[in-house]
Amino acid sequence: MMDKGWTKTTCPYCGVGCGVLARPKADGTTEVKGDLEHPANYGRLCSKGSALGETMSLDDRLLDPMVDGRTATWDAALDLVADKFRDSIEKHGPDSVALYVSGQILTEDYYVANKLMKGYIGTANIDTNSRLCMASSVAGHKRAFGSDTVPGAYEDLELADLVVLVGSNLAWCHPVLYQRLVAARKTGGTKVVVIDPRRTATCEIADLHLAIAPGADVALFNGLLAHLTSRGKIDQHYIQEYTSGFGDAVKSANSLSMEKISEVCGLREADIRQFYELFEATEKSVSVYSQGVNQSTAGTDKVNAIVNCHLATGRIGRPGMGPFSVTGQPNAMGGREVGGLANMLAGHMELGNETHRRIVQDFWGSPGIADAPGLKAVDLFEAVADGRIKAVWIMATNPVDSLPDADKVRAALKDCPFVVVSDVTRHTDTTQVADVLLPATAWGEKDGTVTNSERCISRQRSFLPPPGEARPDWWQLSEVGKRLGYREAFSYSGPREVFAEYAAMTGEENHGNRDLDISAYANVSDDDYKDLAPFYWPQRHGRGRGVTRFFAEGQFYTSDRRGRFVETPFRAPSSRVSSDFPLVLNTGRIRDQWHTMTRSAKAPRLTAHYAEPFLEIHPIDAEKYGLEPESIAKVTSQNATVLLRVAISDSQRPGSVFAPMHWTDQYASLARIDSLIASHTDPVSGQPESKFTPVAVEPYAARWFAFAISVAKPELPSSGYHACAPIKAGYRVEIAGVEQIDDWQDFADQLFALGSENDEVLTYRDEKSGQFRFAHIKDGHLAAALYVSKTPVSASRNWVANLLGAKLEPPERLRLLAGRPGEDMPDPGAIVCSCFEVGVNQIVDAIMKQGCTSVDDVGACVKAGTNCGSCRAEIGKLIDEKSVSKAG
Amino acid sequence: MAQKLVVIGNGMAPGRALERLFKLAPDAYEVTIFNAEPRTNYDRILLSPVLSGEKSYEEIVIHGDDWYEKNGVTLHKGKKVSQIDRAAKTVMAEDGTLASYDKLLIATGSLPFIIPVPGRKLPGVLTYRDLDDVNAMMIAAEQGGCAVVIGGGLLGLEAAAGLKQRGMDVTVIHLGETLMNRQLDFAAGQLLKRTLESRGIKVITKANTKQIMATHPSLGGQKVRAVALEDGTEIAADIVVMAVGIRPNAHLAKDAGLDTNRGILVDDKLQTSDPDIMAVGECVEFDGNVYGLVAPLFEQAKIAATKLAGEACEGFVDKALATKLKVTGVDLFSAGDFAKGGEREEIVLRDVGQGVYRRLVLEDDKLIGVVMFGDTSDSGWFFDLIKDETNIAGMRETLIFGPAYVADCRPAAPVRSNSTYPATRDIAA
Repeated sequence: MMDKGWTKTTCPYCGVGCGVLARPKADGTTEVKGDLEHPANYGRLCSKGSALGETMSLDDRLLDPMVDGRTATWDAALDLVADKFRDSIEKHGPDSVALYVSGQILTEDYYVANKLMKGYIGTANIDTNSRLCMASSVAGHKRAFGSDTVPGAYEDLELADLVVLVGSNLAWCHPVLYQRLVAARKTGGTKVVVIDPRRTATCEIADLHLAIAPGADVALFNGLLAHLTSRGKIDQHYIQEYTSGFGDAVKSANSLSMEKISEVCGLREADIRQFYELFEATEKSVSVYSQGVNQSTAGTDKVNAIVNCHLATGRIGRPGMGPFSVTGQPNAMGGREVGGLANMLAGHMELGNETHRRIVQDFWGSPGIADAPGLKAVDLFEAVADGRIKAVWIMATNPVDSLPDADKVRAALKDCPFVVVSDVTRHTDTTQVADVLLPATAWGEKDGTVTNSERCISRQRSFLPPPGEARPDWWQLSEVGKRLGYREAFSYSGPREVFAEYAAMTGEENHGNRDLDISAYANVSDDDYKDLAPFYWPQRHGRGRGVTRFFAEGQFYTSDRRGRFVETPFRAPSSRVSSDFPLVLNTGRIRDQWHTMTRSAKAPRLTAHYAEPFLEIHPIDAEKYGLEPESIAKVTSQNATVLLRVAISDSQRPGSVFAPMHWTDQYASLARIDSLIASHTDPVSGQPESKFTPVAVEPYAARWFAFAISVAKPELPSSGYHACAPIKAGYRVEIAGVEQIDDWQDFADQLFALGSENDEVLTYRDEKSGQFRFAHIKDGHLAAALYVSKTPVSASRNWVANLLGAKLEPPERLRLLAGRPGEDMPDPGAIVCSCFEVGVNQIVDAIMKQGCTSVDDVGACVKAGTNCGSCRAEIGKLIDEKSVSKAG
Repeated sequence: MAQKLVVIGNGMAPGRALERLFKLAPDAYEVTIFNAEPRTNYDRILLSPVLSGEKSYEEIVIHGDDWYEKNGVTLHKGKKVSQIDRAAKTVMAEDGTLASYDKLLIATGSLPFIIPVPGRKLPGVLTYRDLDDVNAMMIAAEQGGCAVVIGGGLLGLEAAAGLKQRGMDVTVIHLGETLMNRQLDFAAGQLLKRTLESRGIKVITKANTKQIMATHPSLGGQKVRAVALEDGTEIAADIVVMAVGIRPNAHLAKDAGLDTNRGILVDDKLQTSDPDIMAVGECVEFDGNVYGLVAPLFEQAKIAATKLAGEACEGFVDKALATKLKVTGVDLFSAGDFAKGGEREEIVLRDVGQGVYRRLVLEDDKLIGVVMFGDTSDSGWFFDLIKDETNIAGMRETLIFGPAYVADCRPAAPVRSNSTYPATRDIAA
């Protein structure tokens, strides 16, 4: 395992679950590379994974337990947590406490959390941020298959002749899986259909992009089912032998005419037909879906509408076929497996199933077992708000930012009598409302397993010692369990023991009637666990590797072992646009950031892709609502208002806008996008509708705009717009304000907290244009710079950012205030390829001057796109654009 | 038969005029020149390098004796004209030399302004106008000692730098708050002051000279000893260079009854009030302006020559002026009009640490003035923008950083605007 200091581990970002080799260096940094042997990625890494080594600093790490803002010992903190939980349970019952965990904790952590709550405290009030991510897929799977089973594997995307991507920007959100598809398409000519309201980076490989109206997917897939049926392209044998409910589903699906589908979906009939006919004609079809499907009040129905089409054609569980949910988090699947959701038990057993409850309770020998589903994420925080929950423990997640109606969540947590937060980061919007902070081990320090989207279990291994007082989450939970009186049940010596217990449980009374069975590992030794190679479940005890895929020949996990067609009548999203809120806000990820940025924003090259929160809006809408390019938009919903940079783009549908979900109060003044979102949830899955929020947009009446860089963390103004991003030598900041500033020199001094008279200050003033620029030089090195303008500041930001901290020669000092390098020194432009830090201008040069005509040409010329490939779509777009302008 | 052209004065303006005239109409005139100085035409702009020792006199000669010979010019060296008889169309020098003219070109230049303080006539009080002044300063400098330069303008500072280079202990006293206040704003003046001080030249601004004090007669003849200021300060001086300004030398013309004001009044073709008499150079006044820098003088010379050649030409226009201080190691440039006021806007760039300062004055989206200190690398480009009245609205954001930015004035967007993707290809059949 240890080869010249390299440790095999797994990436902590998305659900693809790539194998990573990591090696700490003597200077305290870490180098990472893709693990050639890992079956998820075979050595590839995306831009985020490649930059993992840059995220390992201890800056802003939580290193000690803290109680009420003061450092405490572990004993004191844990005693307090146990006491408060015990008090609440004794006075108000077990349902007065809750645990809110995360798809980023390890399976072992998850297992212990679930055991503590459901078996020992006796409540099912444990839910996870996976609820926000793939609960609808879980619910859809369970309705159709009787179990939360992903039927296929990644290689199905490579074996398919048609890949339908529904609500998935695979190129940015699951980049390595996307690259596998790109490579397969190159050799096999895979057809790709993208169904997404936005023209995303993924559309680069789309043969057909259906820019569907937000929330209309069910209508589209009902129509597909009706089409397949009317064309006789269904698999009668499969339907008859292995399923039930087909007739009703088709009847329901037939209720929408083609005309109506076209209207609901906002698509031309011809385009819809093209998709239907392609699906009809292509046996090897895979339908990949992600948050665009799940994050909806009809999310579960969307999943079933898709699954219906695969059941009807028997295209499931065979190579190159099947519905395929790709998860957003590294261990969403692991969490599901050990009962991390409020309505599930460990080992994919059902809380509502008496037999399952008995199996689990007997296995644990626990004093009880929760017998009613607990509160799902949104309901859980509503219960915090209304006082039903009096003590909550939040682990590895940031609900103050990520839950819908996030301001209400913040207020609820502020008012909650007792809030515990286990995290690796000292300052998050959630740690700010905690009574107790518990320092957790981070990626590289923690040890355990994760499961990716194709049921592959891999080890996350530690290669660094825990800093300060940081401890694993399973240990923290166990210590509280012990203090609550369950010493024996929680006396784990390490993650191996937890894993073995969990593995044993999956085989408990499992005679092939539960999908999840890894009892082959029930007796895993320390050495075996240490060396555990990635493996797919099931792995049944004594039977070695089981099936690769599920349901090719039925054998569903319903009571009659038949798969279910589910009637999915089309329902519009819960909210409607109105004259007050005329646009639909869609939210999602960007390529180079992760969740609430606590880790990914530490990597300077990742902030170079997008350094601030933005609103993507179609040119027609921008004009209609008076938004100038690069200005600041005020975006308001029923719930809240945020300020975002305007990015005008025709990749949006008119009437729809998009904003990234990542920015928090730690990095921007007012950009917590989930504060806008209503807490409407899917009635089955409880997943919130994060992609359909009616909003109004208007210009933020900024009098001035500013861009700044600083070696020290800037002291940002308390009002107005700002966004701050770490860069190599410090920070870069965007600011805009409505207040009159009379003395910009003074403003700069406050921003940079500079008082030293030894600093040399360079100034540029154009009062009339409202342009002011300052640079502070300390001992010949650039310490800070500020650019102010009445209109959005034009400056070559990455070029300027790269000068920060550098020793400047006289000509460079003047160039610096120009904010751009001038003719003799080309500006690389905004970074497109973060692996090699290649900018847009360099790529354009390669196309225009070197004559590159393909993405590979550009790669050969300037290296862009030759590592992780995440930027290949953007390079392709530049080639298309520039070859047009060349021809013109 | 050739007409007679008499030229009074042999400075750079008439020199340039004759060059052009000989080119346009080589045989049109028989030319006689009266030069008050006992030498041929030399480059006065380069007197400072001669003073500092960076050039020799020979290196700054414009026209050698052979040039006059070749062009058939009669040059009266060291003969100062004392009288013009317009009725007789003759001029006469102090020594009685007489010349008659058909056309007369007056180029008597300017006289240094001498401030009327006691002691101004003492031996050791010098001006800085011609080679004789330079020679006097060089001789004085050989003794070492102290020099006081009165006047912190272009000439005064060049003299100060030259004397310093020659080893004297130099103090500049300047009436205004800002050195070179005709060319520099306060900030640039401060930078200049700092730079000069760092080179060992003492600078006293807001200093009003009260008296130039003499040595005691017992010390073998009275000569300059010190400069006393109004506030009582006394600054020791072995020489005093008076460089507080110039005024047009129009006496001769005035005495001849030509219209004069501060200078000899001319029209835009350099015609005086007498149709047979023209004037060029520092002695003229046009449209209320008098001139001390070489560019407009050359322009005047060109026009006068063209007119003398009998050809049509455009009239003289008062254009923007550029100044460079010729002090080695001090980069300073000033052009156009940079007074504050009214609709004027300014863009200012400062790098105090490097002693770099730039100020642009704009009006109606045009550059009308520029002051540069410390780095004058793009001065020519700015000067052209002023002269050509180029509209700079489109490059305003980077204007002050010079021509390397003209092509790169496009807005560099804060967020990527390239987040759009191509419409997909049609599906293959």
